[in-house]
Amino acid sequence: MLPALVGLGFLVLPVVGLVMRTPWSTLGTRLGEPQVRDALRLSLVTATTATAICLLLGVPLAWLLARVDFRGRRVVRALVTVPLVLPPVVGGVALLLVLGRRGIVGQWLDRAFGLTLPFTTAGVVVAETFVAMPFLVISVEGALRAADQRFEEAAATLGATRWTSFRRVTLPLVAPGVAAGAILSWARALGEFGATITFAGNFPGRTQTMPLGVYLALETDPQAAIVLSLVLLAVSILVLVGLRDRWVSTP
Amino acid sequence: MSAGERGRARGPSPELLAHLVVRRGGFTLDLEITGGRGEVVALLGPNGAGKTTALRALAGLVALTGGGIDLGGEPLHAVPAERRPVGMVFQDYLLFPHLSALDNVAFGPRCRGAGKSEARRLAGEWLARVGLAEHAAKKPRALSGGQAQRVALARALAIRPRLLLLDEPLAALDAHTRLDIRAGLRRHLADFAGVTVLVTHDPLDAMVLADRLIVVEGGRVVQQGGPAEVARHPRTDYVARLVGLNLYRGVAAGHVVTLESGLRVETAEQGGGEVFIAFPPRAVALFRARPDGSPRNLWEARVDGVERHGDQVRVHLDGPIAVAADVTPAAVAELALTEGQTVWAAVKASETHCYPA
Repeated sequence: MLPALVGLGFLVLPVVGLVMRTPWSTLGTRLGEPQVRDALRLSLVTATTATAICLLLGVPLAWLLARVDFRGRRVVRALVTVPLVLPPVVGGVALLLVLGRRGIVGQWLDRAFGLTLPFTTAGVVVAETFVAMPFLVISVEGALRAADQRFEEAAATLGATRWTSFRRVTLPLVAPGVAAGAILSWARALGEFGATITFAGNFPGRTQTMPLGVYLALETDPQAAIVLSLVLLAVSILVLVGLRDRWVSTP
Repeated sequence: MSAGERGRARGPSPELLAHLVVRRGGFTLDLEITGGRGEVVALLGPNGAGKTTALRALAGLVALTGGGIDLGGEPLHAVPAERRPVGMVFQDYLLFPHLSALDNVAFGPRCRGAGKSEARRLAGEWLARVGLAEHAAKKPRALSGGQAQRVALARALAIRPRLLLLDEPLAALDAHTRLDIRAGLRRHLADFAGVTVLVTHDPLDAMVLADRLIVVEGGRVVQQGGPAEVARHPRTDYVARLVGLNLYRGVAAGHVVTLESGLRVETAEQGGGEVFIAFPPRAVALFRARPDGSPRNLWEARVDGVERHGDQVRVHLDGPIAVAADVTPAAVAELALTEGQTVWAAVKASETHCYPA
């Protein structure tokens, strides 16, 4: 019993501490400060864009893993989950090596399109997409596997092509899984720190997202750090509420 | 067209001419199925006989290993499922749970090129035809089993198929609903101009719904014919059990058939060579002791089991032949029938039925 209580306290206390130390009286004005507003706006924009890209690329990838039987599928699935376990800083370094101005792909992007990703807002999106996509793929793949494939057969006998069947039957059936995956990805992207600071740097208004802002403010303006942290905490709680039926409740 | 012309040369060729060969693991399905326009063909057989696989092959959901499918003179086996003029009603209907009954039915016409409002209008008509106009807006989960079955039928018919496939159309229904739905289904099938192939393991469904039965066992056709013909002249133990007859094989010489077990049975009909002999369980009379002035077909048997069967009692007998006999409960008491007991069994020659094997 005691270890359980200690465990619970260990998990809950820091959050309680954060809430207790929040300067509630000045919260409104602090949230209105341009630095905080910029970080908040940048975070929301990049996390949402990253989630959109995750959906665009991750749903087809999940479909491939769930529905197409090809050689090396297990390897591909393992590769997809690598960013999940990789330390984000390592992910940032890897992105820099590939997409940096001198990177294998980055070099070509630079020459062909004059496009540089590192230390730009687009770079933030790339870093966030990299760490968030596995959540979406795994969630959607699970939903696709659980969905009864015979509905697709029924659609085929009615004249639906693979694409029509996917769009009008499969996707609506797995919509809850897609939504859960998107929320998870979005939350992961919003909290991204390591890969972002490594790959995109820490420029206010351009690449300084909220987690980066928190880290920086902690040294210069602890009150601002607390306010930003509180915002992130609120978002986390919202995510929990959004996912309550799928992840939190037990049968 | 060439297949059709060739067919015409030999007389009217059937609309559906399928030779289905599907090999999977250790199982081989090898069936020939034919069906005319407006004809209802039932594939009847025990579980695992390959009936559903045959249906899925006709729909294009299972690839053929060999053979081919010809519908109205056109080869169908090379056409992908979504372009076959084939409607299918699945055993558990597989209505799309996120679409209303109307949109489920409109799905097919929509996929086959109809505009949205046109598809919905068509769907409305089909729902009205199966008597569900007022349930059009309901989601499948709000429909009863019988209603879902009718929506599934409407959905399959709405694409105006030339071949309609029904997989155990009544299996998911309770006994009471089944009666109504069976009658309704019979009406709709009578209106359908194309070929219908339905799969069932229920002989009653097959007899009521089908014009012709194809009995499938172990992936092969073991018997086919009209329902009455199959019911009267079963050719396998499975069919005999389904239609409730005792069935044996033997060699006939005049009025006497010598069964494989050596027992000689006298029949009313004359025969010669390999024959089947069949008689209903109620034709078997049981005696405690050897009766005097007895019927000719008499043998000693051992009671293997006794069970209730409707308002009769079915007695399973062992001996030179395994026989099911139906007697009244009073007779059971009178004869004090218990398992292991020896009795005399008799069948009148006039109650047997003998036909070439």
